Amino acid sequence: MSIFVSLVKKEAIHIVRDPRTMIITLFMPLVLLLLFGFAISTEVNNVRIMSVVDNHDENTRQILERLSVNNYFSYQGTIAPQEVDNVLRAGKTDAVLFLKHNGMAIIPQVVVDASNTTLAQTIAGYMSGVLNYGNSYRAPVLTYTLYNPQMKSAYNFVPGIMGMIFILICAIMTSVSIVREKESGTMNLLLVSPAKSSAIILGKLVPYFLLSCLILATMLSIAYTVLGLPVSSAIFNVIWVSLIYIILSLSIGLFVSTLVETQLAALIVSAVLFMLPVITLSGMIFPIDNMPEVLKGVSCIIPARWYTSALRKLMIQHLDVSYIMQEVSIIVGMTILFLSLAILKFNSSNR
Amino acid sequence: MKTAVEIKDLTKRYGDLTALDSISLTVNEGELFGIIGPDGAGKSTLYQILATLLNPNAGSASIFGLDTVKDYRTLRRMIGYMPEKFSLYQDLTVQENLRFFASLFGVSVKDNFNLIAPVFGQLEKFPNRKAGALSGGMKQKLALSCALIHRPSILLLDEPTTGVDAVSRSEFWDILHSLKESRMTILVSTSYMDEATLCDRIAMIDKGHILKTGRPDDLISSIGKNLWQSSAKEMFALLEEYRKMPEVIDCYTFGAYLHIVADDNFNSRIVKDKLSQTFKDFELSKATGTIEDLFIKLSRENHNVL
Amino acid sequence: MMETPDKVISVKDLTKKFGDFAAVDHISFDVFKGEIFGFLGANGAGKTTAMRMLCGLSIPTSGTGYVAGCDIIKQSELIKRRIGYMSQKFSLYSSLTVNENIILFSTIYGMTKAEIKDASAKLYRELDMENMRDTLVKDIPVGWKQKLAFAVSTIHNPEIVFLDEPTGGVDPVTRRKFWELIYQASSRGMTIFVTTHYLDEAEYCNRISIMVDGKIKALGSPEELKKEYDGSSMDEVFRKVAETAVRDD
Repeated sequence: MSIFVSLVKKEAIHIVRDPRTMIITLFMPLVLLLLFGFAISTEVNNVRIMSVVDNHDENTRQILERLSVNNYFSYQGTIAPQEVDNVLRAGKTDAVLFLKHNGMAIIPQVVVDASNTTLAQTIAGYMSGVLNYGNSYRAPVLTYTLYNPQMKSAYNFVPGIMGMIFILICAIMTSVSIVREKESGTMNLLLVSPAKSSAIILGKLVPYFLLSCLILATMLSIAYTVLGLPVSSAIFNVIWVSLIYIILSLSIGLFVSTLVETQLAALIVSAVLFMLPVITLSGMIFPIDNMPEVLKGVSCIIPARWYTSALRKLMIQHLDVSYIMQEVSIIVGMTILFLSLAILKFNSSNR
Repeated sequence: MKTAVEIKDLTKRYGDLTALDSISLTVNEGELFGIIGPDGAGKSTLYQILATLLNPNAGSASIFGLDTVKDYRTLRRMIGYMPEKFSLYQDLTVQENLRFFASLFGVSVKDNFNLIAPVFGQLEKFPNRKAGALSGGMKQKLALSCALIHRPSILLLDEPTTGVDAVSRSEFWDILHSLKESRMTILVSTSYMDEATLCDRIAMIDKGHILKTGRPDDLISSIGKNLWQSSAKEMFALLEEYRKMPEVIDCYTFGAYLHIVADDNFNSRIVKDKLSQTFKDFELSKATGTIEDLFIKLSRENHNVL
Repeated sequence: MMETPDKVISVKDLTKKFGDFAAVDHISFDVFKGEIFGFLGANGAGKTTAMRMLCGLSIPTSGTGYVAGCDIIKQSELIKRRIGYMSQKFSLYSSLTVNENIILFSTIYGMTKAEIKDASAKLYRELDMENMRDTLVKDIPVGWKQKLAFAVSTIHNPEIVFLDEPTGGVDPVTRRKFWELIYQASSRGMTIFVTTHYLDEAEYCNRISIMVDGKIKALGSPEELKKEYDGSSMDEVFRKVAETAVRDD
């Protein structure tokens, strides 16, 4: 049996014999995908709304009718003006629509509970849609939503979650498993053996690469079946871009392991240096375009930002490869950088 | 006699700390050589340099004529290294650990089993137990088996008996003696001074310096003749009494006795007459020195010089 | 006839089971005031488990025990204030200064500000450490560190102090100085309960117990045990007793 094969085999045993980690690595992607796909959604449905009307007439009746048949709203009826404050404070409703007459014209006004700003903004947006419908005074604003016509937030989250999961699993697990050997002293035994450092490194990376491929397969099948992402030929592009990204994440893990001496430090460095920026700056939750210039700049060095962006283009916009060349070349560049840094550091600190 | 290990003016610094300060040492082939010293003496640093894991700042070390810096690749096949705290894969079984280390050196467990058989002993009964579930003594034996599996020419054992109980410790030394029969060169470090007499030759090391090198018997006889042992019911009071005497250089506890290092003015008869009146069950007689007495003597002298 | 000294530890049929495995199997013994009691045993004989129960850290499966006048089952919280504990593995916070360690531990032991002031003044005077007051513990020499660790673990003047392998890996000179501290504390009436792997240190104890397979196999003064097991040193006695072990772990 070659040295390399036995190194891989040993690592595989470590992974399999640690069921807790194994379960976390396999189930976390599943749970995150389903959580963001279904439970957590930025879409707003069933906004509870009440109205205050000074004088019922044909116009107000039409507006209230449109409101009550609209799917986004659940109309709860008319109340007296003095009750408004009470119902909002008590949380009995999310918004109140005031319809006041100024001569024949209606001046609509919306009072929204803005304790949740996202909700408030969305309500205000929907409301203007309802009120402007058939409005002859202003030209209606026409909005077409491209690529994601139902505005399903799940679509948006899939690339982000994939960007996060691979950093999490590859970087953290690889660095922790290498540093664990440093702590227990077994790394010294490997180093004093005839095993070359390249074999030691690859022996660590290959098992986690295979594990990541398994996770990639799981996530893609959930994304395309349960979450209903439209299947297209782009899936092949998604796969190879992901494989490069996995290698990048493994290199980061390797790099971290050469910097620290304890498992705890490896965990903290991987989490603080890579996980948190991935969540906050990769555009997964907060759109990059809305960030201040400084943070936009910082986001450029976050690997997940480029991966997420490439995946959005492939999975949601169904663009072809020529549109993601920038992202891909940056990811490849980062991979080469981290891998060579890690190997240099590994060799210099161990010899 | 062939030289197995040759260390010349070896120095290793970590920042401001000098872990090894220009030490020189020669170990002969087939010797069971002890590196004796307390924690922080520099033992592990020396081992890491010999195991080709660390480069020295100055000086050189060679094993069988091969330099630990230049010829590290060739050397690694010849060394069996057992680091401080038994480095094993805790989640791998006894058998898996052994097979893994054999495969690293491209050998099979079967081919070399006769070498490790005396060490392996009881471990054979539970090949499928995980290393993490073994007792201290068992872990120690498995770690030694793993270090031996590729038939190294020299064994580097860094504190193999630390944290192991007295029974396992004495078993381990028996094993080392049987390995020595097969002409294996063994370099073993320990902080238990009483283990020194089990080695052919020893180097006593403290704070990065070699205090003394030689055969344990020769070293012990260098302590000199003015070493006495004494005991009484009130040991602590007796100790204080001796320390007050001008002819006593040092007095310290030693097992059930006090050891007294005295100059030529020490007259045992006079002391006996005087102290047996005040102390119950008083005893005073010549003591046989040990390595521990020597260590105390050397560090006292060093302290006076520094 | 000697008057009966106070029992600081009194243990009867103390047992701790993990599943079917009896880590500690019906042990009974007494330790008297001012005694240096050596608690020996091979790895895995049950020493640590027994000591944890005596310190109130683990509840026994059966049996009774009193430490410093407290029931180890019902008054485990009270025990912690009346005992001192020190081990080689952990004793002081190395990134805190000497004084910060003293204040931290004396506060943990529930001492008042005035008590801490008196006790720390006394500690500095006795150890002659006033000049190291603001030195980080990691920067003081190992000999001083040990003295300090012992002084800190007894700063609240406990009736008994538990020393868990206090001298592992320490050089012979420092080790001896440490034992002199122990003698001194014992001569002032403090009870010392100590585990060690150095069998020459066992000779320093007034009485010794040797645990094998969860049971106390031998108990007595070093001389008595040497006579009983026909050994010239405690090392020989220990090996003769411990070799009777059947369980390997």
